[in-house]
Amino acid sequence: MIDLSTEYLGLTLRTPLVASASPLSHELDSIRRLEDAGASAVVLYSLFEEQLRQESVLLEHNLAAGTESFAESLTYFPRQEEFHTGPEGYLEHIRKTKAAVDIPVIASLNGASLGGWADYAHRIEQAGANALECNIYFLPTNPAMSCAQVEDIYVDILREVKLAVKIPVAVKLSPYFSNMAFMAQRLDETGANGLVLFNRFYQPDIDLETLELRPNVLLSTPQDLRLPLTWIGILYGRVKADLAATSGIHQAEDVIKMLLVGAKVTMMCSILLREGHDHIRLVERLVEQWLADHEYESVRQLQGSMSQIRSADPAAFERAQYMRAVKGIQYLRLDDPSWRYLRED
Amino acid sequence: MIPNMNKIAGELSPTAFHVSARTLATHALSIFGDHSDVMFCRTTGFAMLSSNSVQESMDLALIAHAASLESRIPFLHFFDGFRTSHEVNKIEVLSEDDLRALINLDRVLEHRQRALSPDHPVIRGTAQNPDVFFQSREAVNPFYAACPAKVQAVMDQFAKLVGRSYHLFDYVGAPDATHVVVMMGSGAEAAHETVEHLVAAGRKVGLLKVRLYRPFSVSHFLAALPPSVQSITVLDRTKEAGAAGDPLYLDVVNALQEGIKQNLKRPAVTPVVLGGRYGLSSKEFTPAMVKAVYDNLQGTPKDHFVVGIEDDVEHSSLSYDPEFSIEPDNVVRALFYGLGADGTVGANKNSIKIIGENTENYAQGYFVYDSKKSGAMTVSHLRFGPNPIHSSYLISKANFVACHQWIFLERYDMLSSLVEGGVFLLNSPFGPQEVWEHLPRQVQEQIIRKKARFYVIDAYQVARDTGMGSRMNTIMQVCFFAISKVLPREEAIEAIRQSIRYTYGRKGEEVVQKNLRAVDETLAHLHEVKVPAKATSPVEMPEPFSKQAPKFEREVLGRIYAGHGDELPVSAFPVDGTFPTGTTKWEKRNLALEIPVWDTKTCIQCGKCAMVCPHAVIRIKVYDPKLLANAPATFKAADARDKEWHGMKYTIQVAPEDCTGCGICVDVCPAKNKSETRLKAINMEAQPPLRAPEAENWEFFLKLPEIDRRNIKLTTIRQQQVQEPLFEFSGACSGCGETPYLKLVSQLFGDRTIIANATGCSSIYGGNLPTTPWAKNAEGRGPAWSNSLFEDNAEFGLGFRVSIDKQAQFARELVRRLAHEIGTELADDLLRAAQKDEAEIYEQRQRVALLKEKLQSGKSPEAKQLLAVADMLVKKSVWIVGGDGWAYDIGYGGLDHVLASGLNVNLLVLDTEVYSNTGGQASKSTPRAAVAKFAAGGKAARKKDLGLIAMSYGNVYVACVAMGAKDEHTLKAFLEAEAYDGPSIIIAYSHCIAHGINMTTAMTDQKAAVESGQWLLYRYNPERQLTGENPLLLDSRAPTRKVREFLQQQTRFQMLTKSHPDDAKRLWAQAQEDADIRYHLYEYLAQRKSGPPVKAAQEPAPAPHPEKVAH
Repeated sequence: MIDLSTEYLGLTLRTPLVASASPLSHELDSIRRLEDAGASAVVLYSLFEEQLRQESVLLEHNLAAGTESFAESLTYFPRQEEFHTGPEGYLEHIRKTKAAVDIPVIASLNGASLGGWADYAHRIEQAGANALECNIYFLPTNPAMSCAQVEDIYVDILREVKLAVKIPVAVKLSPYFSNMAFMAQRLDETGANGLVLFNRFYQPDIDLETLELRPNVLLSTPQDLRLPLTWIGILYGRVKADLAATSGIHQAEDVIKMLLVGAKVTMMCSILLREGHDHIRLVERLVEQWLADHEYESVRQLQGSMSQIRSADPAAFERAQYMRAVKGIQYLRLDDPSWRYLRED
Repeated sequence: MIPNMNKIAGELSPTAFHVSARTLATHALSIFGDHSDVMFCRTTGFAMLSSNSVQESMDLALIAHAASLESRIPFLHFFDGFRTSHEVNKIEVLSEDDLRALINLDRVLEHRQRALSPDHPVIRGTAQNPDVFFQSREAVNPFYAACPAKVQAVMDQFAKLVGRSYHLFDYVGAPDATHVVVMMGSGAEAAHETVEHLVAAGRKVGLLKVRLYRPFSVSHFLAALPPSVQSITVLDRTKEAGAAGDPLYLDVVNALQEGIKQNLKRPAVTPVVLGGRYGLSSKEFTPAMVKAVYDNLQGTPKDHFVVGIEDDVEHSSLSYDPEFSIEPDNVVRALFYGLGADGTVGANKNSIKIIGENTENYAQGYFVYDSKKSGAMTVSHLRFGPNPIHSSYLISKANFVACHQWIFLERYDMLSSLVEGGVFLLNSPFGPQEVWEHLPRQVQEQIIRKKARFYVIDAYQVARDTGMGSRMNTIMQVCFFAISKVLPREEAIEAIRQSIRYTYGRKGEEVVQKNLRAVDETLAHLHEVKVPAKATSPVEMPEPFSKQAPKFEREVLGRIYAGHGDELPVSAFPVDGTFPTGTTKWEKRNLALEIPVWDTKTCIQCGKCAMVCPHAVIRIKVYDPKLLANAPATFKAADARDKEWHGMKYTIQVAPEDCTGCGICVDVCPAKNKSETRLKAINMEAQPPLRAPEAENWEFFLKLPEIDRRNIKLTTIRQQQVQEPLFEFSGACSGCGETPYLKLVSQLFGDRTIIANATGCSSIYGGNLPTTPWAKNAEGRGPAWSNSLFEDNAEFGLGFRVSIDKQAQFARELVRRLAHEIGTELADDLLRAAQKDEAEIYEQRQRVALLKEKLQSGKSPEAKQLLAVADMLVKKSVWIVGGDGWAYDIGYGGLDHVLASGLNVNLLVLDTEVYSNTGGQASKSTPRAAVAKFAAGGKAARKKDLGLIAMSYGNVYVACVAMGAKDEHTLKAFLEAEAYDGPSIIIAYSHCIAHGINMTTAMTDQKAAVESGQWLLYRYNPERQLTGENPLLLDSRAPTRKVREFLQQQTRFQMLTKSHPDDAKRLWAQAQEDADIRYHLYEYLAQRKSGPPVKAAQEPAPAPHPEKVAH
């Protein structure tokens, strides 16, 4: 019997297969189906802190619009005793989810500014979440803002949240830092219990008929896993925080690769939306099969075995890997300016 | 309701109605207060109990319930609409214990025992014959005889319980008064104050307040009069035209006579009784008027007088001294002029609460609103003082005047009511150093003359800086407290802060924080202005209406617009409520901060901006290039793109002073600037710098000739939209979703349209004085419009059709009879004309003009008759217009009757899915899950399918449209409906401020309604049956989006997810099911195979048909 269990954020999980934040966690029934299919934990869909704030402002604006203007219609809506403009609905969802499933429930909080993080995090903890994933979604567009200022936002939010809660806190972040390793280390030092690599920024598309930008949420492709694979491999052993892999994990092979470079858990979303909840069961069976075929005793044995620090070829994670990769394709001139660009990317 | 009241009383069912007494519609509708509606009920057998103040309304409400249970007589407890119902006042609230103590449980149980129950069955509501009805009717008499004493007993018990004492008739004034006024309602509060003042001055006067008006107790009335009384003036707040006197007057005269007959205890001498009328439709009733009533008893008194207006026709009015005031010095009196949108009223209500709750002071607030819904001015009248405030009239002498909107300076004389040494607070974009030179000279003069202390704040700036947008309520409130010192400044500010937390806390912390920031920022921006010694401003307050306006418009409507309507005498007004149309164009309200500006190069000349403009401020003309010779320098023109207009010029012009700045035009504009896609062919820009040049351009544009209507292809919007709108500049909400449909009717058929308009938003923005948006073309033709009631509109409009048809039939008959006199060829042509399109209608008009010319010299009675009805030979279009409250609910019975009539009328339902005009009550059109008043937990039932019901007749043209979703479809439906020779109904989705939406994007947001299947587009044309086709065309495609996407756009749905999340989830799911089921039903109906062609699909409508002259 192969031991598939893993430790993530201080939680012992039956397998490293976790359902990441997605619409699949909106309904209790769907969460139960994830559990039934073998998900070892579920990250709930994100509570968008800024959206809540904007909604409350909009609600007030729309309820007040046109009032006290005309004698016969001084208001347009019945007075409601109370509005749940805060996270009440989400908190209730946590409570109901906890009551409905046995697997750990990781809440997810999404935002970009300091705002109400601490308060929301505290209330999420009170509602019974086993852990909290902070999805810090900040897309800096202000040219006057320095890299350090951007990084400070992440660290400040994490510090606030850590002070507010006792449950483990993971940070889901993007790869777009000047020095990802430095950033990971800062978050690690600030107390992050886990780093979830990586979230994907919204990238709009253009409607050529209307000449309007349109939201276009793309599901991940298997190629997307290369970036988290690289950075988990580099960071493994260098930070105390547990590393979680997300983006492009679709098949058992992807899971195994991530475990090899050091992921404590692998998170799936797009493939479940595409294939359905039961895909988790298939992946688990194939991972187990692979481990058996390759005579592994446990997932833990595998985890990090091909990370940069444990790899036979550490340079493969760095520049040399790139040079090796492209060598066979084209003649590379080191003085080519595009080289620098590609290197940074 | 009134026949029900007869039944309730006849069956002695204890009942209490609490009625905010309002005006009945006569020559005009008025929503304001007087006793005409309750007096309408005085024959029903209900007891009638009158409250005069806010406190009394609560007290007598309880007394009414208790007395009804004790007496078995149902009670109509009333108080004055608006003056009392909408006044905010510090009162003592009755506790639940008080309520319990006054209600006799035994009477409640007896009442319940009398209820119908199959466990102890009886029958009630029998039919009776002449043999017994009369006797049976008289059987109730002992109950009425016993009622007054029972009411007094309850009043005595109430006095013991709470300490406030009431009697059937309450007398105040000199015990030895010789002159007594008898009255009831809020006016008695002003009279009470005045009597105390006059008695203190030695006058022997008194006031008898009538509380129990029915049953009228003669003995109690006579006993309450001082024995010394020699003359009585009875004041009625109602008018019974043609009666010997108004109702209370007649009762008093009768009571005195009864007193003599029955030898009851009564005044020593039988007093002279005078009657007077006051306060109709909330007309002010002030101490000055009260004094005039008492003064009238000295010398030769006027009887059956009016007071409060100038009757220069019958000279029945009492004159009074408007300067007479008895306001005590210890009352702070403040006036605030604001816009509905800026939150002024809300802030003032809040200030009253703060003062009422945090100090020993009493507080009173009354709020005067505008007749417009967009850019509506509000005037708040606030009093604060150490004693209870009974002043039931507006403030005419204020210590504090605040102007919250700069634009009011040029429109209203706000400082005339400021007392000497008072404070004037102005929200000004100019700072303390610059503001003086920008004030109109009249304002400067008054500030200097009254030695006013003058403060300014740029509240717009503070609001912007703190994220408050256009709402400056909190900011101006802080200023008031800081200057007025009604409370110590710090204490006041802390109270405001607490109140913000309380008021906005339930709506989210962000809202609270923004308001708190505004409080913190305010004081640093508040400045006192050093007032110069001289008025130097060259700025004059402009005339309300342009000098070009006709005399009546300038001298009557213009004065009403400027707020001087109270000063107009009786002779100024039409005797029958008939007013000229086309009058909104004189207002020039200058509401918009930004107006649309046309980019000639980007424009594709699609006409959509003009079509959606709710206020008809975007106009299009196509004209000969030569006409540009004298165009103003900034006037814009482009080559007309339409090939049929080759060689002509094309202009889109905006009326800069009439635009409300809603921005819908920009939102729907499909053309993007090729180099900068944020820009379109029409873009919003700041109004102030554009005001003068664009006003000049607008004037030039108006003078350009309209294109010949015969040369407009009506089936495409790009051409159709050059038609002149005959509905313009309405006072509807900025961005209104209803008005574009009405404007379309006016463009397509306006010069031959007659409109019956149900009461509702459309009757308010359509016909609320001073002005009307219904307009005339250069020939003087345009829509004729009338509003009858809410409930009878369909029948009202049907009457138009019947009358027009009868007149047309008569005209044709006369044409036939006079054929030889007018020429058989002309007669033949007149009778044969099919008038199917604009060209044929034009030709018929030409023929009618010729006919009238020929008839001018005709002496025969028949010629004169034909001359009077000749215009009816031109096809007339009858439109019956109203909202969903009318069509689905209150007027549905009549609407159904009219649909069944088969007559050629067009019903337009402006479907906002809620009672918009009265503040968002649910109608049967309200869709499932929407929150509305009476559906606070989300409407549980699905929307009534009015279109499907109408289709069931088979001979009714039915269309369901949404202009924002598919404008061409809307145009097609309106053309088909009007062309259909039978009843037509168009159900038009109309976005509304009551939906809680972004009004700027509301048109394009309608796409979500259609694409989700929440709203279907279809046309049911019975004429298609003639060719064997299915009459139903489903013009909506299968839904491509979820209903949720539509619901999420609107607060009416969205708020339920915040207030009752679980209910929202359930109702939203059901809303999706509703949409799915409905789409499938319509899809099925539209796909059904039709039978063979129906020759005469339905019975022919008796509309005029071409016919041949019998030679």
